[in-house]
Amino acid sequence: MSDAAIALEINDLHKSYGQLEVLKGISLSAKDGDVISILGSSGSGKSTFLRCLNLLESPSQGQISFAGETLALKPGKDGNLEASNQKQLERMRASIGFVFQNFNLWPHMTIIENIMEAPVHVLKQDKQTAYENAENYLKKVGLLDKKNSYPNQLSGGQQQRIAIARTLAMEPQVLLFDEPTSALDPELVNEVLTVMRDLAAEGRTMLIVTHEMRFARDVSSQVVFLHEGQVEEIGPPEKVFTNPESERCRTFLSSHL
Amino acid sequence: MSWEWDVIIEHFPRLLQGAWLTLELVLLSGFAGLMLAIPLALMRVSHRPWLKAIPFGYIFFFRGTPLLIQIFLVYYGASQFEIIKNSALWPILREPYWCAIITFAMHTAAYIAEILRGAIQSIPKGEIEAARALGMSYPLMLRRIILPRAFGIMMPAYGNEVILMLKGSALASTITLLDLTGMARTIIARTYTPLEVFLAAGVIYLIISALIIFLFRYLEKRFNRHQHWPNEKPKDLDPQH
Repeated sequence: MSDAAIALEINDLHKSYGQLEVLKGISLSAKDGDVISILGSSGSGKSTFLRCLNLLESPSQGQISFAGETLALKPGKDGNLEASNQKQLERMRASIGFVFQNFNLWPHMTIIENIMEAPVHVLKQDKQTAYENAENYLKKVGLLDKKNSYPNQLSGGQQQRIAIARTLAMEPQVLLFDEPTSALDPELVNEVLTVMRDLAAEGRTMLIVTHEMRFARDVSSQVVFLHEGQVEEIGPPEKVFTNPESERCRTFLSSHL
Repeated sequence: MSWEWDVIIEHFPRLLQGAWLTLELVLLSGFAGLMLAIPLALMRVSHRPWLKAIPFGYIFFFRGTPLLIQIFLVYYGASQFEIIKNSALWPILREPYWCAIITFAMHTAAYIAEILRGAIQSIPKGEIEAARALGMSYPLMLRRIILPRAFGIMMPAYGNEVILMLKGSALASTITLLDLTGMARTIIARTYTPLEVFLAAGVIYLIISALIIFLFRYLEKRFNRHQHWPNEKPKDLDPQH
């Protein structure tokens, strides 16, 4: 593992909303095959951090490198950073998968159309290839029979599995999960976690913001505990979960396990 | 009072000719208006203040003044300018037909732009974020996600606007066009049977409205087919339930 290439490197990331500083300089690096869980109480900045990585949120300061390539940033009018090369940003986004808390499927397209959309129009795959790939990913998440349904006809858990399939169809090198089970009914959580466990077992590089502690302990290679926009504790799950250095982390974990 | 069926029957073909012109005016200006409304609405939702100002002024003018004034301004006003009279536009702008279509299109575009703006702003933000996160460029997102979603949302209000334009198109008769209203007035001037002819014209307007309503109901179903599936009607919207 130690000689694996660096997949994602974040250096001194800051983010402010006006006077409120949400991220206060976060650095983190993920090697190929790493599964990093990001924990923290609400308001600790974990979602904001994840959303800054592909510029869904504009960071105020910091550097983001992806597979050895640094994302070119320049200061925008509002004081936050923006991409100085839109094409580079789009290219990077296409290879960084992002799974949202609220799935965000496009309701006007069928399931298979949702999955084919970006491969056909962003990666310029031909429709036949994209269709076959989409079917494979649907099989993988166990929902091939729903390919001609519309998102609104599916349960939340099914929609989230489709959203994962849609992300996988881009063959991303890194997957970012933003609280993927937080919007789900408790009995639907496991079907999504099962899919994610499989992805981790395949050796995919993943950053996961989650409240599912047991899951984080089982699949992670690294666990990061954020507190008030800073990394409070970082380490392998055995250490962070059983013997954390930080008192805050200990309190947080004892109230969540 | 005597009721002259003969007059209606005798002049019915001419009324239909007028109806055809009305339909042409509404459909052509409705389509051109929609095309013009798209860039206006997109500028309206932009974050750049100067870009927002253009559609704001446009919409303010066209919604704030009567359509009759607008059509007079174009029809009578254009000929006052030597530049226009000497330009390549003159063969178009001297025709009342094109004056009507241009005015109606610009007028309805202001309303459609506002409808479209509302529709775009009501698309859940997450759906657009999903498109960005997958590496889509703005034009691609517009073509594949934003506009198709917005059209589905705006369809009922847009249908309403086309019906309003159908009735507004009667003003074409004030600049010598023989649309349904213009034709009716011409026939009445000859036959002195206002009741029969206006009533017949009114019935034809009703039929055209019905056609437009059906057309939009169909379009609504097509654009929003993801919301309709068999055996599921939104019962809780029914007040009797």
